[in-house]
Amino acid sequence: MNLLRRHILKSAGAAGALAITTGLLGAGNAFAAYNTAAFSAKNIADALKGLGAESATESSDIIVKAPDIAENGSVVPVEVTSKIANTTNISILAEKNPNPLIASFNLSNGTEGFIATRIKMAKTANVRAVVTAGGKIYTAVKEVKVTIGGCGG
Amino acid sequence: MPEPMKMRATMAGDIADIKVLMNHPMETGLRKDAKTGQMIPAHFINEVTAKINDVVVLQADWSSAISKNPYLNFKVKGPKAGDKVNVSWKDNLGATNSVDGVIS
Repeated sequence: MNLLRRHILKSAGAAGALAITTGLLGAGNAFAAYNTAAFSAKNIADALKGLGAESATESSDIIVKAPDIAENGSVVPVEVTSKIANTTNISILAEKNPNPLIASFNLSNGTEGFIATRIKMAKTANVRAVVTAGGKIYTAVKEVKVTIGGCGG
Repeated sequence: MPEPMKMRATMAGDIADIKVLMNHPMETGLRKDAKTGQMIPAHFINEVTAKINDVVVLQADWSSAISKNPYLNFKVKGPKAGDKVNVSWKDNLGATNSVDGVIS
């Protein structure tokens, strides 16, 4: 693990330095702003660590809407609503996927704490939402039972 | 050349509800080709950016675990009907696509 690189990524993210990000992307480094550590993590603990969310507070103000039973794991509709003020990031994880972190959404300039999308799930697991709001990190889960997995095989 | 994207942006009260459909295989790199037995290489959208009147409202990093032909819905407070919306993506092989629309 390259600590310096991680530090640079963190500080760039903290400053919201979009200009820097764009500059790096322009230089052909597609993963400059991508949280590679978190996205390549193979288990939920490492993924949460990559997001800096190991000690996130469980919050009932985050609603993770997903089916109780998903027949097809390759298309699982998930909706995350955060009622916490100043929600700036919503990340979605499936705890038992080969790479648990699925997506990280940075919200700015009036975007509500709401994201709906469709995800792939390897097997029955908790879908976890990690929300950053006002510099603090919150989390909530919803279990989805998967009949047929959607990650290869 | 990636297939065109679809977008619908409507006002509901003071909130713009934006729905986007993208065409992309979203290959995980974990699947085998049934005929050849070879692994199908990973090919997925890893970055999505949405702008309203050229101001970034959403920037997302994705893994390959977003479903094939991704659907994305988000809500933005503040814009008015007639404001311009642009959503663009970039995949891990460097391909890009974008869609322009107007909030109605």
